[in-house]
Amino acid sequence: MSGRQIMTADEIRRATIRISHEIVEKQAGTTGLALIGIQRRGVPLAHRIAAAIFENEAVRLPVGALDITFYRDDLSLIAQQPVVKGTDLPFDLNGATIVLVDDVLFTGRTIRAAMDALVDFGRPQAIRLAVLVDRGHRELPIRADHVGKNVPTSREELVRVHLEETDGEDGVVIDRLERAATAAGAPG
Amino acid sequence: MTAASPDRAASAPVATAHQVPLVDAEPASQGTTWAHRHLLDLDRVTWPEIELVMRTTQAMKEVLGRPIARVPALRGSGVTILFYEASTRTRVSFEVAAKNLSADVVNIAAASSSVSKGESLIDTIRTVEALGARMIVIRHPTSGAADLAAEHFSGSILNGGDGWHAHPSQALLDLFTLRERVPGGDLHGRKIVILGDVLHSRVARSNIWSLTAAGADLWLCAPATLMRGFERWAAASAGVPGHGRFQVTSDIGAALRDADVIMALRLQRERMAAGLLPSLREYAARYGLTLERLALARPDALVMHPGPMNEGIEIAPEVADHPRSVITDQVTNGVAVRMALLYLLAGTGVAGAGGAAAGPTGAAEALGG
Repeated sequence: MSGRQIMTADEIRRATIRISHEIVEKQAGTTGLALIGIQRRGVPLAHRIAAAIFENEAVRLPVGALDITFYRDDLSLIAQQPVVKGTDLPFDLNGATIVLVDDVLFTGRTIRAAMDALVDFGRPQAIRLAVLVDRGHRELPIRADHVGKNVPTSREELVRVHLEETDGEDGVVIDRLERAATAAGAPG
Repeated sequence: MTAASPDRAASAPVATAHQVPLVDAEPASQGTTWAHRHLLDLDRVTWPEIELVMRTTQAMKEVLGRPIARVPALRGSGVTILFYEASTRTRVSFEVAAKNLSADVVNIAAASSSVSKGESLIDTIRTVEALGARMIVIRHPTSGAADLAAEHFSGSILNGGDGWHAHPSQALLDLFTLRERVPGGDLHGRKIVILGDVLHSRVARSNIWSLTAAGADLWLCAPATLMRGFERWAAASAGVPGHGRFQVTSDIGAALRDADVIMALRLQRERMAAGLLPSLREYAARYGLTLERLALARPDALVMHPGPMNEGIEIAPEVADHPRSVITDQVTNGVAVRMALLYLLAGTGVAGAGGAAAGPTGAAEALGG
């Protein structure tokens, strides 16, 4: 991992557990809750939050995966189509309280796309948002309900979340954009 | 899950933490991107690119299973479907695919357009471009028509079949169907027989590229008059990088023996010059795919046909309806494959997209978190 580390594996673990408590507290229980991770790194995070809720509440919440590629608003601006990673929502969204889970909240455009996608699947009672890192610079009126860590950044910086499931180790690093662009294994 | 049923929520099939079946394991080809502005044939498409089409098709199949089978990926993009030849499944399949991606679809049938007044192909392409098309799906009875259209169009051309030359979307949907249905999804060493009117078949020609690239043990079987020239191609095929060799034979028994897959081709009577066959009845008797002939193949062999079928000529009705026939799967998968192709091609015809600077990294960052 190159760049400056802003969250360690332990900090990620504690933040995930705190978010799991907040989600249950806000809902006053687990009734009607479902977690949906945004591909890619939101998916393992959603599974971790579900595991933490199971430890404390002995309830297994349904967990889904959402790929927002087809709902991006910049498909006509970029030179090559992003690789699609797949959507799997094995439960009924109608009337459920959906907690969207993603690794980094930045412009808010991913979340806008995710909400557009969700309403094509059904009519949730509510949609909430949990993110590991909020780095600011919103371009849309979107905010997170549950945040692991607020990190002030400049637009020239890149926040990279590494998770064991996808990257072999846990950690969050901040990097200059020029350097990150040349590094192998750029983020999705 | 309904809001008031915690029990159902609790019993829903949920993966435990740290077990992430929904995320790809990132195979080596994950980094492959689609770089072809047009899709004219599969001869210049690499195997990693074909696998990218297969993965994208899988995602499109998931979209087709949604309550609203429509995503906004191509919103605002003009797709014109320009067909100079009769077609039901390919034309409708492309139209449904484009609409599922929210594209603006225009359908032109040559018979009812200015083509019937003598407008040339090039002029028609320029007109369609001036009317706002960003992608054209073209079918034409002349081999090479799609290549010619590509020379005169600033957007993307998707070949929906040109003469005897190529039908790439059909070959890709055949490959997708095979990978779904062949145990393990791997065609390496599988004996695949293309049976029938190879000479007039663009489906066979495109399938030769993709099936040999997939590592299949490919056989072509037809009367010698309907396979002219293919012996030379077969002899040269061993030396083509990225593609394997294939064999030709007129001995249907040798071809079908222990086959894993039999792909019957339509006898193209409208393209057939007189004298290639003694009679239709003789052809059906000697080369038709009957139940007795199917019994020569492996017990789990699959039967395919690109359609439309002449039942009773190249394929017996009871073979077409056989439990091992995957002909309707081919039609269903056709929509998903064409959605994938339209989606991938849409990313390459963007004027002034910043070239390499807006590669995958820049693209991911442009959307942000």
